[in-house]
Amino acid sequence: MTGPSDLSSSYDLVVIGGGPAGLAAAALAARAGVSTVLFDENPGIGGQIYRGITSTPIKNRAVLGEDYWAGASLAAEAKASGAQIVTGATVWSLDPSRQVGVSIGGEARMIQAHRVIIATGSLERPFPIPGWTLPGVMTAGAAQTALKAHGLVPEGRVLLAGSGPLLWLLAAQLLRAGTTIETILDTTPRSNWLRALPHLADFLLSPYWSKGLALLREVRAKVPVIPVQRLSAHGEGKLQHVEYQSAGKDYRRQADMLFLHQGVVPNVNLANAAGVAHRWSERQLCFEPVLDVDSGSSVSGISVAGDGAGIAGGTAAVERGRIAAIAAVRAVKPSASVPDPQSVRQRLQREELGRGFLDALYRPADMFRLPEGETIVCRCEEVMAQQIHDMAAKGCEGPNQMKAFLRCGMGPCQGRLCGLTVTELIANERHTRPADVGYYRLRPPVKPITLAELASLPISEAERKAVER
Amino acid sequence: MFKRLGETASIVTIEVDGKTVRARTGDTVAAAMLAGGIDHCRTTPVSGAPRAPYCLMGVCFECLVIIDGIGSRQGCLIPVRDGMRVETQQGKREAGR
Amino acid sequence: MARTADVVVIGGGLHGCSTALHLALRGLKPILVEKDYAGRHASGVNAGGVRQLARDIAEIPLSISSMTIWEHIEELVGDDCGFASHGTVLVAESEAEFADFRARVDDLQLRGFTHEELVDRTELRRLVPAVSDHCPGGVVSRRDGAADPFRTTQAFRRRAIEKGAEVIEGVTVTGLSRIGTQWRVETSDGPIEAPKVVNAAGAWADRIASMLGEPVPLEVIAPMLMVTSRLPAFIEPVVILRGRKLSFKQVGNGTVVIGGGHRARPFRDQNRTVLDWQKLAVSAATVWELFPVMREATIVRAWAGIEARMPDDLPVVGPSSTSEGIYHQFGFSAHGFQLGPGTGAMMAELIATGATNVPIDGLGIERFAAG
Repeated sequence: MTGPSDLSSSYDLVVIGGGPAGLAAAALAARAGVSTVLFDENPGIGGQIYRGITSTPIKNRAVLGEDYWAGASLAAEAKASGAQIVTGATVWSLDPSRQVGVSIGGEARMIQAHRVIIATGSLERPFPIPGWTLPGVMTAGAAQTALKAHGLVPEGRVLLAGSGPLLWLLAAQLLRAGTTIETILDTTPRSNWLRALPHLADFLLSPYWSKGLALLREVRAKVPVIPVQRLSAHGEGKLQHVEYQSAGKDYRRQADMLFLHQGVVPNVNLANAAGVAHRWSERQLCFEPVLDVDSGSSVSGISVAGDGAGIAGGTAAVERGRIAAIAAVRAVKPSASVPDPQSVRQRLQREELGRGFLDALYRPADMFRLPEGETIVCRCEEVMAQQIHDMAAKGCEGPNQMKAFLRCGMGPCQGRLCGLTVTELIANERHTRPADVGYYRLRPPVKPITLAELASLPISEAERKAVER
Repeated sequence: MFKRLGETASIVTIEVDGKTVRARTGDTVAAAMLAGGIDHCRTTPVSGAPRAPYCLMGVCFECLVIIDGIGSRQGCLIPVRDGMRVETQQGKREAGR
Repeated sequence: MARTADVVVIGGGLHGCSTALHLALRGLKPILVEKDYAGRHASGVNAGGVRQLARDIAEIPLSISSMTIWEHIEELVGDDCGFASHGTVLVAESEAEFADFRARVDDLQLRGFTHEELVDRTELRRLVPAVSDHCPGGVVSRRDGAADPFRTTQAFRRRAIEKGAEVIEGVTVTGLSRIGTQWRVETSDGPIEAPKVVNAAGAWADRIASMLGEPVPLEVIAPMLMVTSRLPAFIEPVVILRGRKLSFKQVGNGTVVIGGGHRARPFRDQNRTVLDWQKLAVSAATVWELFPVMREATIVRAWAGIEARMPDDLPVVGPSSTSEGIYHQFGFSAHGFQLGPGTGAMMAELIATGATNVPIDGLGIERFAAG
């Protein structure tokens, strides 16, 4: 295992995140002779899509599908490239001068980077329904991670609910692993089909089309799918039953596990805290960084690649990682030979073809993005939707003021699970747009560190003296 | 909860609230707890409600536990080690432990 | 047509909001102009210490007058501002330091100030049981406390509006000129005319002063703070040190705020700061030594608020030395939060009546006049 003492004090390129974008970026840069380190906080590389790719206990390749195993060559390439790959390494700070704060095994270091590629990927969009904090309710991504990284499958009465490609992929993978799924509660609004139609031609040209259709058939053959307009989880201390409304009628169903999903959104915390400018995407209903054609952000020397730059999927992330890496290599070592970015961009365009259709079809319903009443919005500080409504009605104009009044977003998750909900609730209450409301201003450390870890940062005697008065 | 697909070759044991839990080498603490049938890993500091791992990818901070005496550790990011002592975290973590 | 007011207050920090409120309470019509939103910078994100302890002699009267307002803050603004009074303790880390503290307290007593009280090792342990054994004693100011800074600033803003002040946010002052007996304040939202103007523009106050031909040596600073996740209650008073930079307090919700004056790099034109983790590591190490129970506490956030510091670490309050009708209220040098309520009252009195009963000698802008 690489420890803090194995790190240099500076690198040409620091890549943050070891998913497809980060792995592709690190491999390309290191092969071009640029000193490169890749940090990932997970125990292994692969990111979420290729989670456990070098260590998964799932040996039957059919369970996870060939798309998953494509990650193996990406991981192998990165490992062979000469890039220093450090797992279990949590990056907790990045500033505009490209100082990277990282902790490994309880010890902290500051690393100076000439260039930084943020490849922190995506996270699942908040799904704030009543009862979503109960033990037994998890994200679909969590079930996938349990399967991929640990060979764990849910047992008991298993329900899936929500919308989006990942939900169907998870269902197929669980079924192949022998799990019984009682029902899929589909929250996709009917009207989305109309919105999606104009994008159908492009979608038919994309690789998603045939794969997606096959997946839907595979799942629908084995699991009843019920369209729902309302959804809530209930139980004493843990999930016991789920209530939903379908075609105007209310139902109640016993459940042990409920997996929720309504799409993924960029994980913006590190980029936001580093000062990277973001904008609201009305198409994807989330904030994404403002980037130039080379993935460069508003902060000099910092680029963002992969789903963290706006959702486009795992295979697109590879190409986006390469585009960012080519720019980094050209900045650091102009003499090095790199692939032609034009050809990379063309491949990327093909990968992105089906996106418009998917975004429109799986646009989550207002009902599941704009909670009401006692539904918890901020899981950490247990702030309820009604409190946000009331405070916005009283004149609170933005998430940062909301934070100060209600402490929403102030807990350890730093708004990852409530930020978008809070922004949209304020916009809704004040009859304005999320773009005008804005997002939390995030503060480092973007991941909590212990006082002991911080105190472990090497400080020279000169520095210690300089700060005493 | 969760069960393992097939038997696992390499086993480590950890202790959760004094109870022995068998885990697979390569499990994270959160995965080992889910596989071990432990239905919550903490109670919240605000209302005391029980919480269990939610995202398993390091973003939700629901899987915070005390590991070898150090509190508020993200169970889903830390691999198990043989003999590791894990405690569920009740409300506000005690200072100084 | 320019809007008109009795007073234009520039800056929506606690000081600007407090002055606007007190002016409105005196029946005057103030318009407050704020370039971002009230409490966006230091006023909203400071450590929240309400401290009379360890202040320069020159500002003690202002601090004491402010404390009286803090103790009845809810009557004034309709919100308790999260104010809780558990005292501030200055901890001595050595016998030599303790001796210095004793001399300071004796000196204050001679001057008639009794708010600082020397405490021995036993009383220190009683006040702060978690403090490390190496500390021989300290000084306590028992009426001191802490409040929620953003909530406080917002409460003053809200009550000022209720009492007749107008608060314009997201508007920048671009120029100041004299027209007869009036001041014309040019803003990004059009001109405002008033006979009197208060410069409470914090880290941007030197720019306003420059517009008046009254330059000041203002330094833009950004003191850093960090906060832990919630911990069970283990300390009541705010603790500060003298030899090393530290302020330390536990909020009612259990989180612990660690500050003390280590500074981030400020970029005032971008409303941004860049933290210095090497210095925060020094703070962490200090807490480590002083409060062993904190060693495994988790830091969830660190930040810095942009504010103004003067070379002598004293604020600039009172009338302009060059321009009739202009009043300054800035440069609080990282200890202005406690002074906010009282300084606003004093400024309103000064503006409305031409004089104030609170001694502010030595705090005027003329001390920086060239030559």
